Amino acid sequence: MALDLPTAFRIRDIRDESPTVRTFALDGAIQAEPGQFVMVWLPRVNEKPFSLVDDAPITLTIARVGPFTEAAHHLRVGDRLWLRGPYGRGFDRLARPAVLVAGGYGAAPLAFLARRLRAEGVQVSVALGAKRACDLVLMDRFRDAGCSVHPATEDGSLGHKGLATDVAARLLDANPDAALYACGPEAMLERLARLCSERGMPVQFSMERMMKCGLGVCGSCDHHGLLVCRDGPVFSADQVLGARENSPSPCGQQ
Amino acid sequence: MTAPDLSVSLCGVRLANPLVLASGILGTSAELLERVARCGAGAVTSKSCGPTPRTGHPNPTVLDWGHGLINAVGLSNPGADEEVRILRDAKARLAPLGVPLVASIFAETVQGFGEVARKVAEAAPDFIEVNISCPNVEAEFGRPFAADARDAAAVTAAVRRAVSLPIIVKLSPNVPDIAAIARAVEAEGADAIAAINTLGPGMVIDTDSGKPILANRTGGVSGPAIRPIAVRCVYDVSRAVRVPIIGIGGIMSGRDAVEMIMAGATAVGIGSAVYYRGPEVFAAVREELRGFMETHGYADISQMRGLAHGA
Repeated sequence: MALDLPTAFRIRDIRDESPTVRTFALDGAIQAEPGQFVMVWLPRVNEKPFSLVDDAPITLTIARVGPFTEAAHHLRVGDRLWLRGPYGRGFDRLARPAVLVAGGYGAAPLAFLARRLRAEGVQVSVALGAKRACDLVLMDRFRDAGCSVHPATEDGSLGHKGLATDVAARLLDANPDAALYACGPEAMLERLARLCSERGMPVQFSMERMMKCGLGVCGSCDHHGLLVCRDGPVFSADQVLGARENSPSPCGQQ
Repeated sequence: MTAPDLSVSLCGVRLANPLVLASGILGTSAELLERVARCGAGAVTSKSCGPTPRTGHPNPTVLDWGHGLINAVGLSNPGADEEVRILRDAKARLAPLGVPLVASIFAETVQGFGEVARKVAEAAPDFIEVNISCPNVEAEFGRPFAADARDAAAVTAAVRRAVSLPIIVKLSPNVPDIAAIARAVEAEGADAIAAINTLGPGMVIDTDSGKPILANRTGGVSGPAIRPIAVRCVYDVSRAVRVPIIGIGGIMSGRDAVEMIMAGATAVGIGSAVYYRGPEVFAAVREELRGFMETHGYADISQMRGLAHGA
């Protein structure tokens, strides 16, 4: 059941995750896979893509980064927002221990993934990175889902002092048969791709791009011939790096 | 019986099959154009480019309204200088595949069309498509040139003076007599006609908020719902002119492509179907077209062309 046109939902609960990040739980559900996204519309403002943090109830984590997200942060419990979707390709959930690596608000799709993986009985370790302890988001969701959570902060205010990728390297060494799932800044994703390729481990990324249609037609979210909205937003590291190195573009994406 | 020949000649340029990626769909980068070529398109069209960069309209810009799409992207493009770089890259990628490149252009003025055409010709595309029919910039640009035979002719003449490449003029269905516009652009040197651009403009209102959903409020309607109108337009144009026609509008299947060819089209544009069937739609429609020709004993595309005009 996908929503083709923007459909109104009321906000049932709002939670501050950090000084700039807020999580909105809505009064409805859709059917989605972790990693899929919805287009959120605020009439006469704009429409932007957001990963789902959960599909029942529909839950969105929104970082304040511009005029649209600023407007979203002004919404209160009982207000409405509109969304269409879900769109795109989510994570392939593999039957092996999972290492999740989140940079900043990249935790959003991974929180949904963690819940599904745990429900399927998969062991999940999470490296959660941010600048400061107060910038770590969705940590309780990962804990409540039964994941082992390993925070990393650049200022050392909580957990490992440094990057989530440092923690990820340790987790990968401890779980040699694991699969890695990540979302965050692209520099982080590149480091993770290298770590996993050295170890021969499968790795999937959720990528973020400016989007217009969300439907795979306008070409705004092009990444070297890959459509982030339709072929992704989740890709294998090989797909992302292969496209950039200019290997012949594929036709369809499996 | 020998295998049917799907190739067509458009203004002397060979297309391995008649399916052309329509402008405005996936034509934003050299890599995407290459991908569509590898997906089986006979030719590909870049997204319309104007003299200077434009960000286009805010979102929402494209919607699935239930029986087709409605869009008001607003001619977002990187400007002619950057477009030349993209087109050169695209041309280099397409050449080994034998897939011709159509460079689509727009401008706000007659003179502007000539200037953009001259600029993009530096990249040596196989064709220039003159988009005089975008329905989504009327607030800024005024009435589309395609709405008036004299305006359409003036733009065609300006582009004709600027370049020696084959010129395709893309017409609007939103006129009382599309054949008259087609005659006017043919008389000024159009080498081919693309018909149709999107229908309307239309509007979709969200009944919860009472607001039009598209940020531009109105948008061009495309997809399966407009196909009968596109077929009639191509039929009318093909009675009026001798130049070849690229028939565009709601083509979803090989059967739909055959219908457009029978209306008089030499080639067939595919746009919104990329939403419904993915970029793989080109190979799928090509094989459906091949299957139809085998079943009905057509040896080549020209045997079907314009059949609807017979007694």
